[in-house]
Amino acid sequence: MTIKEVQEALGARFVSGEQWADREVHMACGSDMMSDVLAFVKDRAVLLTGLCNPQVIRTAEMMDVVAIVFVRSKKPDEQMIELAEEREIPLICTGHRMFSACGILYEKGLRGGADYERLH
Amino acid sequence: MSDSIKMTYTVSDTDFTRAGEASSDVKKRLRQMGCDPEVIRKVAIAMYEGEINMVIHANGGEIEVEITPEDITMVLKDKGPGIPDIEKAMQAGYSTAPENVRALGFGAGMGLPNMKKYSDEMNIETTVGVGTTVTMKVHQ
Repeated sequence: MTIKEVQEALGARFVSGEQWADREVHMACGSDMMSDVLAFVKDRAVLLTGLCNPQVIRTAEMMDVVAIVFVRSKKPDEQMIELAEEREIPLICTGHRMFSACGILYEKGLRGGADYERLH
Repeated sequence: MSDSIKMTYTVSDTDFTRAGEASSDVKKRLRQMGCDPEVIRKVAIAMYEGEINMVIHANGGEIEVEITPEDITMVLKDKGPGIPDIEKAMQAGYSTAPENVRALGFGAGMGLPNMKKYSDEMNIETTVGVGTTVTMKVHQ
């Protein structure tokens, strides 16, 4: 799946970085806690989040995240857009809530990537 | 000839928006040097969590990074409150971060566990009321 296909599936819009829309996405991660995002290694992941501050961009940078989707119509500010452009990370904005946005992408075949721990 | 490169960064005291600048710079440099992407990622995440910790708990501090062909060593020094119970602090989910930090996406009690997870060696020296020095090593 490409970043463009993620954006289309969510009926979302690019805030910035549309020029990198053809890049491949291999998996997805949805979280508002950045330390949880940092806890598991990801491969070409798209990050879905309801959190909207510069540390979202930094976390994405450290994890080599390929694109960030802001759910619930959260709007990144100029500072965030600038940080993301320097790092070539497209920012996407969707009106969907987290659960629905994740569900839509799961239905399109995107997975979480990590093996889950079965709790007894 | 020395194959070692040393860098020093000052972590700003309470400006949370700037936290991560040092880790970002180290990541950039390692990439320019052609390091293994897996090594770069481990260094970037471990150092970033450390940097965030310094801003949340210790009013900033200083980070020294040394890169040699064998490994990357990060020494994070602060003059913060110190860690009274390291064993507890190492538990995933244990956090003393204030509520406003949680609203920013951190303070879930994953900082130190993540730092340990991504570094190959980690050592914490801490004295309550004096400060904390965390040394992390990632092998090349």
